[in-house]
Amino acid sequence: MTVEDLLEKQTEELERQKSLENRILCCTAAGCVSCGADGLRTAIASEIKTQGREGKVEVCGTGCMGMCSKGPLVLSAADRHLYGNATAADAPALVSPNPIDRQPLAARAIDLDAPFFTKQVKIVLANSGKVDPEKLADYIAAGGYQSLAKALNDLTPKETVAEVKKSGLRGRGGAGYPTGLKWELVAKQAAPLKYIVCNADEGDPGAFMDRSVLEGDPHRVLEGMAIAGYAVGAQQGYIYVRGEYGLAIQRLQTAIKQAEREHLLGSRVLEQGFQFRIDVRIGAGAFVCGEETALIASIEGKRGQPRQRPPYPPESGLWGAPTLINNVETFANIPTIIERGGEWFSSIGTATSKGTKVFALAGKIVNTGLIEVPMGATLREILFDIGGGIPGGQFKAAQTGGPSGGCIPEQFLDLPVDYESLARIGSIMGSGGLIVMDQTSCMVDVARFFMEFCMEESCGKCIPCRAGTVQMYDILRRITSGEAGVDDLEMLKSLCELLRETSLCGLGQTAPNPVLSTLKYFPQEYESHIRERRCPSGHCTMAPAGEEVVA
Amino acid sequence: MSRHQYSGDALIEVLHTAQELFGFLSPPLLKTIAHKLRLPPSRVLGVASFYHFFSLKPKGEHTFTVCLGTACYVAGALGLIETLERRCCKAGHTTPDGKVSVETARCIGSCGLAPAVIYDGGVLARVSPQMLDRQLESIGVQ
Repeated sequence: MTVEDLLEKQTEELERQKSLENRILCCTAAGCVSCGADGLRTAIASEIKTQGREGKVEVCGTGCMGMCSKGPLVLSAADRHLYGNATAADAPALVSPNPIDRQPLAARAIDLDAPFFTKQVKIVLANSGKVDPEKLADYIAAGGYQSLAKALNDLTPKETVAEVKKSGLRGRGGAGYPTGLKWELVAKQAAPLKYIVCNADEGDPGAFMDRSVLEGDPHRVLEGMAIAGYAVGAQQGYIYVRGEYGLAIQRLQTAIKQAEREHLLGSRVLEQGFQFRIDVRIGAGAFVCGEETALIASIEGKRGQPRQRPPYPPESGLWGAPTLINNVETFANIPTIIERGGEWFSSIGTATSKGTKVFALAGKIVNTGLIEVPMGATLREILFDIGGGIPGGQFKAAQTGGPSGGCIPEQFLDLPVDYESLARIGSIMGSGGLIVMDQTSCMVDVARFFMEFCMEESCGKCIPCRAGTVQMYDILRRITSGEAGVDDLEMLKSLCELLRETSLCGLGQTAPNPVLSTLKYFPQEYESHIRERRCPSGHCTMAPAGEEVVA
Repeated sequence: MSRHQYSGDALIEVLHTAQELFGFLSPPLLKTIAHKLRLPPSRVLGVASFYHFFSLKPKGEHTFTVCLGTACYVAGALGLIETLERRCCKAGHTTPDGKVSVETARCIGSCGLAPAVIYDGGVLARVSPQMLDRQLESIGVQ
């Protein structure tokens, strides 16, 4: 496919879509699939046949529409009506040419002008819920692969890197390293072989952004990787996906095959001199593989254990070659940056954090689901305007960054969310999991939960992490069961310090964060567990009081 | 294995396929893989035991995997484990009659549906202990 073919295909597909009376879009992301979206889609398809409306109405599966709590979601594109909790029984009404038939559905209609939709700014999720992830033509109709064409035709690799640098985009995996700088480092290396790796090992409990992007718009990630390959001079890319994400893996593999068939990937990309192949590597369930050196070991077929850095992967990564590792969301931003320019991108967000961030809202919140907001939005906007608030309860804390992050108490609700502000209050941006807790959650128990996670996921290579997490877990377990003494708290604090200073990789270094942040903002909960043997939220079962415990 | 040119780098892919074919990774199977990929058996066992996804024991006829991600945890996943442990067996084990395996997962990414359970490959959303009871009855567990 040449660039001309690409444009022609886009016009052709757009014309075809315009000629239809209506397109019915069914959300087929994992959330909706698990509550029956596939059955709904088949029912609509057969209903189109029954009513003889082929060629006038079509049904498509799409990526995540965002409001996962109301799934399965279905959108009638012509009149822009979104319905929640749809079932196969709704199919006749949806297909019908007569709008009156859709009246009974009105009760389940979701207002597209609600703050949940209007307060979001979508870059990464721009196509999610609009294009069929299994149809290349849909992505092309939405302007897909034109950024790659633009980079190949109008920009030199150096200019491509410069554009990304100008955008101010920072790594969306959590740590926030400037993406442009990383690209430049890899581009500078004079090696015959270089690799691009896409980190889709989304291990944080409570995070499902990357999965939704891969499931909903896989071609966008492929395009971003191909642009990266062109910019830094790599010819091979790998996507490392968690083994748990079956649907994402399947859609990625379909997407790669489609792109190769149309020469959008492979030996002659867009019939030009540039070649780029992408292979999927499937992870096997190890949280530590999100760490870049561990991930490299895992792609090489070894145990996923991190190694000492430097040398950093841009110098010596996969099989010793310079390797560019970016997160799914980072790559998904690239096509838009190339299309609209770095300057446009940097106009969104705060002084140090540019662009948007995708968050996965979960826990005690009305609208659980997937959202994208500009950097610098406050937690209050995210949780109460978009998230719809806490159902029947009071906000206690929001947890960001998974096991490496911290709990944010109520007093920081008006803080603009960006990399720096979250770090200042002892949490991290993380990959974007945002879990809301109300008064029924015990903060000490939350800390214990994350410590248990880190303990089990520690790869065992370095001692501070391997032994330290066990000790910390034991203390937290004793606190939550009412067996701890006052000395334990001191011990816990010094272990936090030790792990942070001496662990080899990010897992151990950040493992104390949930403990430190809950200790800082909810000290009274620790106190009452220890001194009064009482759990203020009534969550923990305490040992019978009065028993003398030797600390 | 021939698809990966018998390369040692493809060990994880080969293990994935093997587990899909045989259900679990038995010691003779691991030995064969080591031999064919020209890797020391210790390396193959090391990799197979390092990752949670690989199972070295045979699985039951039906598998319940309870998600223990933060969102599910906050929404009451512990109660689900309790139900399954009471009626079947401890998490990480299979009932003696080979009927049911109970597993836990770190996060299956269905946080919008918390608490979630994977039952024989499909995700069950907003699960309650009563739902599990019904599911168990339907497969004939007392």
